[in-house]
Amino acid sequence: MRDLWRDIKGTLEPFWVTLSYIFKKPVTIQYPEQKRTPYSRYRARIVLTRDPDGGERCVACYLCSAACPVDCISMQAAEDENGRRYAAWFRINFSRCIFCGLCAEACPTMAIQMTPDYEICNRDLLNLVHEKEDLLIDDGGKDNEYNFYRHAGIGVVNPRGGNEDETEPEDVKSLLP
Amino acid sequence: MNDILITLLIIIIKLGLIFAVVLTMAAYLVLAERKILARMQLRYGPNRVGPFGMFQPVADLIKMLTKEDVCPAGADKYLFLFAPGLAAVTALMSLAVVPFGPTIEIFGQQVPQVVCDLNIGVLYFLGLSSLAVYGIALGGWASNSKYALLASIRGLAQLISYELSMGLAVVPIIMAARSFSLTDIVMAQESLPFVLIYPETFLIFFVSVAAESKRIPFDLPEAENELVAGFHTEYSGMRFGLFFVGEYINMIILGSMTTIFFLGGWHGPLLPPIFWFLFKVLGVAFVFIWMRGTMPRFRYDQLMHFGWKVLMPIALLDVVVRGGFMVWSLGG
Repeated sequence: MRDLWRDIKGTLEPFWVTLSYIFKKPVTIQYPEQKRTPYSRYRARIVLTRDPDGGERCVACYLCSAACPVDCISMQAAEDENGRRYAAWFRINFSRCIFCGLCAEACPTMAIQMTPDYEICNRDLLNLVHEKEDLLIDDGGKDNEYNFYRHAGIGVVNPRGGNEDETEPEDVKSLLP
Repeated sequence: MNDILITLLIIIIKLGLIFAVVLTMAAYLVLAERKILARMQLRYGPNRVGPFGMFQPVADLIKMLTKEDVCPAGADKYLFLFAPGLAAVTALMSLAVVPFGPTIEIFGQQVPQVVCDLNIGVLYFLGLSSLAVYGIALGGWASNSKYALLASIRGLAQLISYELSMGLAVVPIIMAARSFSLTDIVMAQESLPFVLIYPETFLIFFVSVAAESKRIPFDLPEAENELVAGFHTEYSGMRFGLFFVGEYINMIILGSMTTIFFLGGWHGPLLPPIFWFLFKVLGVAFVFIWMRGTMPRFRYDQLMHFGWKVLMPIALLDVVVRGGFMVWSLGG
């Protein structure tokens, strides 16, 4: 008998719940009109950043393209007259990219970075192949202060070993410790 | 001669009106259901086509009409093509006996607001609701699909089971109104709707009606998670649409029958009778939708158990007790 009462109650109570829900505000975010702001570490469109002096950060080391699990990054390395490497062309195929962020993780110069710009869908796949011009931005991205050549690398900003946190290059011909 | 012509004209006009109103109502009932269900789940529901999604039914219609009409290989072609029409037509035919309001006078003509006031209207309705099962049974059988076949078997068994208790629940009403005519039944409720006099009969009737409409919690013939889409798994385009529209017309009809049998038909204060009728039908339809948003689906054995071992005996007992009481109070 108590079971019957429990069953009747259990049948009728949900009706009140659903009725009361009609008058609550829906939780839906109506996408094209309302957009939610993604977190700053959201992984979407990839950009190539510049250092604070305005130079390209990318040194065309191929680490990102090696790290990429879907092989969507390709580039051609080149060297300018003082030996500084740069990418002659740099291409990311966003129709293959899975936005895993491994490229940004692999990058030694913080050149390649993920941004929260997620609206890149397109009707033509070829429009999703971004060239270097499309990828380069005039900003430092997540760290505007960082310039790889002020900390390491060949003498582009300062002569080799001339940076504050650097020691002189080791004289490999000397036996002294 | 002239009289016959005028009568014929009036009937045709009434038929046209009913077709237009009911089909539009069925289309917008779909929208209303989607909207209300969505709000119950804290969503908005369709709101893209036109203001508040009001043109969604039109968009759906265009989509269904332009879709490919697929007939699966190995299907019984003629039955397959015929079944959806049967489902929709049997649903529509019941509307012929539904009285929407009292007899009114237009240009000196007595016009009853019912297409045909059959003196066996109740039996006609019960007969047609039994026929409606053929749409499901044939459609599912002709599809040459396991899911559809299982669904049509379920549908058959379910409808036959619940038809019984529905028929039995109508018996006290017929005894009270002393007529099989739906108009007379409504007239008998002029002072008090039958739901207040026969609350337990109303409950039995309402549960059976919910089962007849093949909707949650009795939607076993189209249990999505077991049978894909049940008997209309193989249907596409407007043939699926016909099944769908048939289901919602059926909902309107069962709503009107509940209104006629228990809620006092068109009787009500202040407003014109036809509005009262419409309000009551929409109210019942809302309860159906509300039920869908609230309840889970029965298991098949629970459904059969409930129909045969609970609802049927109670309905029988109700008929006997109410009938006995009526005989006793009449001093028989």
